[in-house]
Amino acid sequence: MTEEIIIAGFGGQGVLSMGKILAYSGIMQDQEVSWMPSYGPEMRGGTANVTVILSDNKISSPYLKIFDTAIILNQQSMDKFEESVKPGGILIYDPNGISHQPTRTDIKIFQIEGIKLASEMGNKKIFNMVILGAFLKVKPIVQLDNVIAGLKKSLSERYHHLIPLNEKAITMGMNKVSLLKIVENIS
Amino acid sequence: MSELKLMKGNEALAEAAIRAGADAYFGYPITPQSEVIEYLMTERPENRTGMVVLQAESEVAAINMVYGAASTGKKVLTSSSSPGISLKLEGISYLAGAELPAVIVNVVRGGPGLGTIQPSQADYFQSVKGGGHGDYKLYVLAPASVQEMADFVEDAFDIAFKYRAPVLILSDGIIGQMMEKVYLKPQKERLTDAELIEKHGDWAVTGRKGRERNVITSLDLQSEKMEARVHRLMKKYEQMEKEDLRYEKIDCDDAEYLIVAYGSSARISQKAVELARKEGLKVGLLRPITLFPFPKKQLLELTDQVKGILSVELSAGQMVEDVRLSVEHKVPVEHFGRTGGIIHTPEEILEALEQKIIKNGTIRHHKTRESSIL
Amino acid sequence: MELLDIIKPENQVFCKTKLMTDTALSYCPGCGHGTAHNLAMEVIDEMGISEDTIGVAPVGCSVLAYDFMNIDITQAAHGRAPAVATAITRIWPEKYVFTYQGDGDLAAIGTAETIHACNRGENIVIIFVNNGIYGMTGGQMAPTTLEGMKSSTSPYGREIETMGSPLKMTELIANLPGVQYATRQAVHTHKHARKAKKALKKAFENTRNKKGLSFVEIVSNCNSGWKMTPLESNIWMEENMFPYFPLGDIKVNGKLK
Repeated sequence: MTEEIIIAGFGGQGVLSMGKILAYSGIMQDQEVSWMPSYGPEMRGGTANVTVILSDNKISSPYLKIFDTAIILNQQSMDKFEESVKPGGILIYDPNGISHQPTRTDIKIFQIEGIKLASEMGNKKIFNMVILGAFLKVKPIVQLDNVIAGLKKSLSERYHHLIPLNEKAITMGMNKVSLLKIVENIS
Repeated sequence: MSELKLMKGNEALAEAAIRAGADAYFGYPITPQSEVIEYLMTERPENRTGMVVLQAESEVAAINMVYGAASTGKKVLTSSSSPGISLKLEGISYLAGAELPAVIVNVVRGGPGLGTIQPSQADYFQSVKGGGHGDYKLYVLAPASVQEMADFVEDAFDIAFKYRAPVLILSDGIIGQMMEKVYLKPQKERLTDAELIEKHGDWAVTGRKGRERNVITSLDLQSEKMEARVHRLMKKYEQMEKEDLRYEKIDCDDAEYLIVAYGSSARISQKAVELARKEGLKVGLLRPITLFPFPKKQLLELTDQVKGILSVELSAGQMVEDVRLSVEHKVPVEHFGRTGGIIHTPEEILEALEQKIIKNGTIRHHKTRESSIL
Repeated sequence: MELLDIIKPENQVFCKTKLMTDTALSYCPGCGHGTAHNLAMEVIDEMGISEDTIGVAPVGCSVLAYDFMNIDITQAAHGRAPAVATAITRIWPEKYVFTYQGDGDLAAIGTAETIHACNRGENIVIIFVNNGIYGMTGGQMAPTTLEGMKSSTSPYGREIETMGSPLKMTELIANLPGVQYATRQAVHTHKHARKAKKALKKAFENTRNKKGLSFVEIVSNCNSGWKMTPLESNIWMEENMFPYFPLGDIKVNGKLK
């Protein structure tokens, strides 16, 4: 199994940390992982993206042009990465702030109201965990237990009391993700 | 027992330096390698092992602090990125001239000038062709993974002390910033001062207790002495070529076409090889792990087998010159690489191979046929 | 009395310190460097710390200091001696570490290293020999060249408007909290040399007591570069250098005078 993922959005949305938790989860189930961020001035407020690869085999390139899954959290990233999904691949996005809906017909497109759900849960910071939940529902490449173990590894001890909240957010994402279109020609 | 972690290349290198028993780190922040000094300052190795960490006032000061510490036989390292390495070159030349062991890390970004903070491999010439003034070379290790960012620290110290010479770890923004699994080696004890004096007392300046004084200098005003020093250095470099060349061959056994790439480009090229093989193209990858010494002989040998070589580097074409020199014009050699901080994709590399080499290769065969007819 | 009766240890009134090697000094006859070297070595010898001392030689006339001083020395790149010394004292905190630098090395190319080592209060001694000119390279203008003073790169005399004022390094660094001791001395007469030696001793005692940075400037002559006889150069120094670079302590025990 190899899963090549791009997560893209605004800096400050937790794009990089979501990728990190995913990578940790991969390690928890003995997989090879790589996490390759955009870095530098594209920090808070600017666009940020991270390429995460989980594989049963050694990973060659950490930098990719096309992906199995794109998780897209703002319009700039939609413009940039919609075309980067492999035919038959998956695009997950939060419609909040998206003015031009994706138009590809050769991929599966899912929506998750991440920011809305996180606000309803009373903590906008768990936004990225809702999104992660949505992804894991669509692509159950890592088990929830391993995600929780990954969270424990990636969060410092003083934030461990937030793990149950994060778990709730992941479950919320799993339950609320919806398939936007099913296109006939997907095999 | 080794310890498994998920770390950035820069962090892994910093942690590995502590675990390798380094005595000191002197540095100055610059993107994309600031995590090295940030990690060390947070980790407080002075409490763990007694390792000294100091943020210098400039890269110039930092490399001269390295010179000072190395003069006393201590295991010392510094890290920076391209513009900062340019500033350090004076000190690096002094380290080579004064025959001091030290490890320098360059997490390369795009240039020239202030350039870009995005990844690049455009410091190849600077690294392997001297860079600083005078007749010297650096032993250059090019890590291609976070694991190697960690492992090469100890390897670099071993070489630095084996030859009493500065060693460069040539990384880049990709390897420095990415996170991967890394197995960290257990803590190695630092030498005590007494052990150090026992081991390096014949040359290091530690105070001349119980012996004649030691002097560290790179100056020989008498030309004969200076030439003898240069010859001594050249002998070390010859020995490095004989004993400490490192490279990796991937899918080369049946390869008809070859990609040569190091560091991050080797990783991306490996994916290009995978894509090529899916298309039925027999492509192999030769990854120089040391850039000096360079796998000249290995490349020449492969010319019996391959029809053409693509040298891939995040630059306008630097390593390609060494590839060409190595293969003695036996097969066509072309360069491919993006610059300015743009990272080439595996697809772009494969396309370049097809357009520049495979197509070219056909032309070459055609010409050969023509010439045989003529 | 026979000569051999006279040459006995108990009759000895003066000798070269054993911390100076027998290598002939490369300095011009009349130059103050030899005396400054000798004083530093005498202090180190008398304090019994020669085996625990590490010197840092500069670039400039005193680049070959390591040929003359019988202690462990490393030779630094131009201006970088305080950075080199910083590293050594940080990893060998029990050692006595000093730099020996000229005005070009310390006050021009190495200004940043000097100021930052002083500001960090490194536990080292900086010996700064100021002769107002670049001696080794043939008499070019230094940051400490006086107004109107001729050199090969200020052939019509230093012009303040275009070349700036001579830099008073010792006053400048004395203002930094990390500096424990800053003093300006001379070595051209016995009287001055004795005072300079006391200053050097105080500086190395500060290292012993982990007090931080001691900075000893020695205003000296360069008869070759100044195109004078040794005697003329010493008189010129007294009449011109001392008024601009007044001798005496500037900061003692961390307190400005």
